[in-house]
Amino acid sequence: MVDIAECPDIERQALAINPAKTCQPIGAVYAALGIHGCMPHSHGSQGCASYLRMHLSRHFREPIITTTSSFTEGQVVFGGSGNLKMALKNLIHIYKPEVVGVHTTCSAETIGDDVPGIVEEMRRAGELPEDVKVFCASTPSYVGSHITGFANMVKAAVDAFAENGEAAEAVNVLPGFVSPSDAREIKRILKIMGTEVVVLPDVSGVIDAPMTGELKLYQEGGTKIEEIERMGASKATIALGREAGNAAGMALATNFQVPLEVLPVPIGIDNVDALLMRLSAVMGKPIPKELEEERGRLVDMMLDAHAHWYGKKVAIFGDPDVTEALTGFCVSMGMEPEHVLTGTRSKDWKAAVTMIAPKATVVDDSDLFMLHRLIKRNPVDLLIGNSYGKYIARSEGIPLIRVGFPITDRANLQHFPVVGYAGTAWLVERIGNTLLDWKEDRTPDYLVELIQ
Amino acid sequence: MRQIAIYGKGGIGKSTTTQNLTAALAEMGKKVMVVGCDPKADSTRLLLGGLAQKAVLDVLREEGEMIDLEDIMKVGFSGIRCVESGGPEPGVGCAGRGIITSISMLENLDAYDENLDYVFYDVLGDVVCGGFAMPIREGKAKEIYIVASGEMMAMYAANNICKGVKKYANTGGVRLGGIICNSRKVDNEEAMLKAFAEKLGSQLIQFVPRDNMVQRAEIHKKTVIQYDPSQPQADVYRSLAMNIDGNEMFVIPEPMHTDELEKLLMEYGLLD
Repeated sequence: MVDIAECPDIERQALAINPAKTCQPIGAVYAALGIHGCMPHSHGSQGCASYLRMHLSRHFREPIITTTSSFTEGQVVFGGSGNLKMALKNLIHIYKPEVVGVHTTCSAETIGDDVPGIVEEMRRAGELPEDVKVFCASTPSYVGSHITGFANMVKAAVDAFAENGEAAEAVNVLPGFVSPSDAREIKRILKIMGTEVVVLPDVSGVIDAPMTGELKLYQEGGTKIEEIERMGASKATIALGREAGNAAGMALATNFQVPLEVLPVPIGIDNVDALLMRLSAVMGKPIPKELEEERGRLVDMMLDAHAHWYGKKVAIFGDPDVTEALTGFCVSMGMEPEHVLTGTRSKDWKAAVTMIAPKATVVDDSDLFMLHRLIKRNPVDLLIGNSYGKYIARSEGIPLIRVGFPITDRANLQHFPVVGYAGTAWLVERIGNTLLDWKEDRTPDYLVELIQ
Repeated sequence: MRQIAIYGKGGIGKSTTTQNLTAALAEMGKKVMVVGCDPKADSTRLLLGGLAQKAVLDVLREEGEMIDLEDIMKVGFSGIRCVESGGPEPGVGCAGRGIITSISMLENLDAYDENLDYVFYDVLGDVVCGGFAMPIREGKAKEIYIVASGEMMAMYAANNICKGVKKYANTGGVRLGGIICNSRKVDNEEAMLKAFAEKLGSQLIQFVPRDNMVQRAEIHKKTVIQYDPSQPQADVYRSLAMNIDGNEMFVIPEPMHTDELEKLLMEYGLLD
């Protein structure tokens, strides 16, 4: 197995080994898919679009639709305007979307194509059907990560469509880069709370749309444009995760004076509590018994089996918002986060995670080679992160709990939420029983216990 | 085959100087090719008697169409082969990438004939990005001449270009052949440029006085050598051609710090 024990411990500046992030357009496509009837469009070369679709498909095991401006060398020299115009005309004609979410790529950004200007030019020239909405985000891959791209695309949707309106009772919820099942779970909780809500983006019912035997380009799910329009008049915005949600939340706060509250992704008892208490305060409503019971069951599970994970050392890696919430969750379980690492650069994240787990080594803008080095120095009992962590787990002989993006070597995990009390309960089950499985696998026959 | 790149501040007279210089070299019997590396595609206007050129990058616009070398290379005054790289319209696309693409295309089309004595690259303004350094990267131009005047900004730009030359000197083997002064009638200009060139470790290879004859010839879409070969200005360009043809001084320039450059200007520029 890959073992880096022999690698010298060197300072690196210009080299990433096994990055813990991917490119902005991945996030942009994922965010655009969470808008109803939306075709994500990649303004760049074909290879970009192929990679975006493939990477998302490997995680979700679903077809991912994305069109491309199909740059060749000619567009890079003369500008991509002609190709973008032709692409928009063709894709609207052939694929009949209600919305097109255009994002840029490295080459388009480097030559400085004015994408919103080109779209506006088409609009003025009557080259775009009036009923098709187009919105654009700037997403150069050499800045930030897929989380930055996600945040930029959500902000672009808000900038393009949100309007001033009569003050409404609704609450905007920005769920961040989470699974379709997580978006579904968040909506379920909000429904129980009796909250009128706009969730943006809402990938539930799009990427996990049921198998009907009928092939459809656009599914039932996704945030509708009318809903995004109403976001400017909502009572409050709750961004679940700073890195993925803050940009759009700030845009709503600045342009429409919708108060913004940034909360952690609701993973772990404290983080779910924070969401419910905030909603309760905003709505002026008590938290329903149904949710209190869910919480009670979770507390019971945590108590019944806590001996199996109490004091276990854990390393967590992945996207900033999710790792931050997972760190809080692990602390609440009585586990000891030893290393927390993300590929996205963020001082805020670093400060927040350090606050939650003061003893942990917290590293942003880093890679899995670094994580492996850290684990070599200070070994852990458990690793939590995406599929790329499996090589570290195998090399170190520790179990890996797969949470985050991408998970390419285990199926159907995106159908099981990790948010809310229910999602946290699933995580509790996973962690406890994975540790028991792992221990039992290494136990000689004569010591195997029936009762654990 | 000597490959030479001409750099200098925008508007300093690179294209005019290059065309007059190459006209003089051709008159001496040299076989010359001029490659215009400017999106405006006006580097060979005088040699061809007007903008009659299909640019190399037009090949990209008409993708799929087979283009022959003859389509993009026109023979101008005294057998000088003229090529324009071309590029995007102002404000869109990437002209730097255009130069990279067009030089590779020229290679693919076998434009670099072994019988040529000289290939000149006339490169737009400052070396603003990697694309504009393409002519001095590996295997291309080994000699650079910088057109400057006694005006501060021209010298500032020339000094800056030297930084680019120095950068590529070790990898691409490019050397500075000298400074050409295209006079703007600044006080004490020749002495100042001579001192400037020497500070850089190079030489002032030619002082080209200001002469309205150049302008007159340009209006007629000609170099001075074509328009009126008996003019003293024509002899200046002949002298430049002779100097470059016989040049043996090729150096890695030592660019100056700004304060050093300003000191030089104070010393030579303010006589009274």
